[in-house]
Amino acid sequence: MGKTLLDKVWETHKVATLPSGEDQLFIGLHLIHEVTSPQAFAMIRERGFTVKHPERTVATVDHIVPTDDTTRPLKDELAEEMLKALEENTSAQGIRFFSWGSGKQGIVHVIGPELGLTQPGMTIVCGDSHTSTHGAFGAVAFGIGTSQIRDVLATQTLAMSKPKVRRINFVGKPGPGVYAKDYILALIARLGVKGGIGYAYEYGGPAVEALSMEGRLTLCNMSIEGGARCGYINPDTVTVEYLRGRPYAPQGPAFEAAREYWLSMASDPDAIYDDEVTIDVSTLAPMVTWGITPGQGIPISEKLPKPEDLGEEAELARSAYAHMGLESGKSVLGTPIQVAFIGSCTNGRLSDLREAAAILRGRHVAPGVRALVVPGSEQVRAAAEAEGLDKVFTEAGFEWRQAGCSMCLAMNPDRLTGNELCASSSNRNFIGRQGSARGRTMLMSPAMVAAAAIRGAIADVREFLA
Amino acid sequence: MIDTRIRTITSRAVPVRGDDIDTDRIIPARFLRCVTFDGLGEQAFRDERFDEQGNEKPHPFNDVRYGGAEILVVNRNFGCGSSREHAPQALARWGIRALLGQSFADIFAGNCAAIGLPVLTAPDEPVRKLQGLLEADPTLQVTLDLEALRCQVRQTSARAGSNHQPELILEFPLTMNESHRQKFLAGTWDTMATLLQQEKAIGAVAARLPYMKGFSYEQYHH
Repeated sequence: MGKTLLDKVWETHKVATLPSGEDQLFIGLHLIHEVTSPQAFAMIRERGFTVKHPERTVATVDHIVPTDDTTRPLKDELAEEMLKALEENTSAQGIRFFSWGSGKQGIVHVIGPELGLTQPGMTIVCGDSHTSTHGAFGAVAFGIGTSQIRDVLATQTLAMSKPKVRRINFVGKPGPGVYAKDYILALIARLGVKGGIGYAYEYGGPAVEALSMEGRLTLCNMSIEGGARCGYINPDTVTVEYLRGRPYAPQGPAFEAAREYWLSMASDPDAIYDDEVTIDVSTLAPMVTWGITPGQGIPISEKLPKPEDLGEEAELARSAYAHMGLESGKSVLGTPIQVAFIGSCTNGRLSDLREAAAILRGRHVAPGVRALVVPGSEQVRAAAEAEGLDKVFTEAGFEWRQAGCSMCLAMNPDRLTGNELCASSSNRNFIGRQGSARGRTMLMSPAMVAAAAIRGAIADVREFLA
Repeated sequence: MIDTRIRTITSRAVPVRGDDIDTDRIIPARFLRCVTFDGLGEQAFRDERFDEQGNEKPHPFNDVRYGGAEILVVNRNFGCGSSREHAPQALARWGIRALLGQSFADIFAGNCAAIGLPVLTAPDEPVRKLQGLLEADPTLQVTLDLEALRCQVRQTSARAGSNHQPELILEFPLTMNESHRQKFLAGTWDTMATLLQQEKAIGAVAARLPYMKGFSYEQYHH
């Protein structure tokens, strides 16, 4: 009987079976940031421990960073205190810290891949639910809480129960204006935000194999929005070639050895899955969310669903319409927006910026719309500037910002006010998520955000693709 | 030594209705700008409880009748979204000692277990019924029994008389992640000590993983 990648990674990393029935898993890469780590460092200090594998631990600062003025001390005293704590903790424990100006700072889920830290066949954890992103490389990667960060700092292991595996096949060829973001929004709309509880999602099929690493990262990133703590894609030539030459990937003969190992970790052709789902991407239209969970999404061409047709989701739909000020039975096209946000660990990579810039070139943001683009990392920002994308954005009326999480979760000064509606390339449309309790978020691809920014209202990006 | 075992929790309970209540709603991100969990309790459900001017909104956590309730009764997929442990930490610091709901998000449930907050589940019907009963009578006494996996609800109202046994008005079976249950019953929910015991085995796994030595040619083709 064949094994899945999850089976193989689990077996190679299993330390012991614990009395509780959980497995103790060795962790290959521990990524940390300023928000969820300070309490964990305090806990190990109080108990008299040090970090067991500082060389397998990598830190950056992303959630609280201002994206306009990054001079120290930060104007936000609380943010400054968090940054200082991270500097002190990493320095005291000998942990590599990619801060501003290192050229390597950025959203933790953007820098891991681009530095070659994220590799196939590894277990990767971070105190952040979007750690599922790293699964794009065929890693088993998932978000953890602060007490678990403590456990990993002190022991480089975690107590975990092995999830079931659901294979998600994406088949067919996407039409114009349909991106990886639309695949994942369509999947979550179909299986729901609870559908993945207890599962890891294995994405595959021709439409996934055809995706670049960046598209694959977007896909795996939002696994958690579907309830799956971890999502992954089997490593292939695209994965291997992406890693070749990256600063923290093996080099020379070691790379060839690594390549062999990485490819051997892919699921066997006769692997057994607990469940299987197939989506034909040729039937998809650009997706947009209309509600307060990422599962409340529709193709841009469809009318908003009636709560009474949604069964047990009816109550939630009513709350969503009340919050969003939208009406069932109508189209979302033409709904006025006040803010456009391009960025986040979902869609803050170079290909995302290119796709948005392709729509914006020679066009301008509608009057009254505040539009910002926040590159996912210093490297993304530099690469985008090298090809002149910053000019495209600023000439179109977007603000070109420094790297960080920014308005995805509004822990820094970038936030909505009042009941502003934001067309957002991020991952969560929860009430209050973008910094205002009455603020409204509609999730979509970066190209769709660009289209909405130009129109000043929710638009179909396909009208802009000549 | 402190007894960390948790077998039953008996308390009054507070119902918070709604599916898919995410951790941003339990504790908004702006309160994560901190280096300790201290003080998070009073910010639990902050934006659900207060408007932008700081005026109270109707919410069970604002309702004095539920003051001191240590069991939180919720619906489906509670705690979805961000992995922030600040969410269960805020609830624990508010005074919550256990949660009962129809279902919970994976990361949230794990975070609760890691800090000693049992998370128990039951089907829609008894959970909604219990929420309705609690809304009608916040003085009900709820017992969550982790050993027997049963929930018992008793009426303790004054009209029953002071020397009257509280009357059992609802009882239903509970489900729970079995590993978490074992840890609560054994008192080993703080996992660090358990993990530390395997030091040799940890070393053995580290030694056999090719990436731990940078895939050196010699090591890989040994």
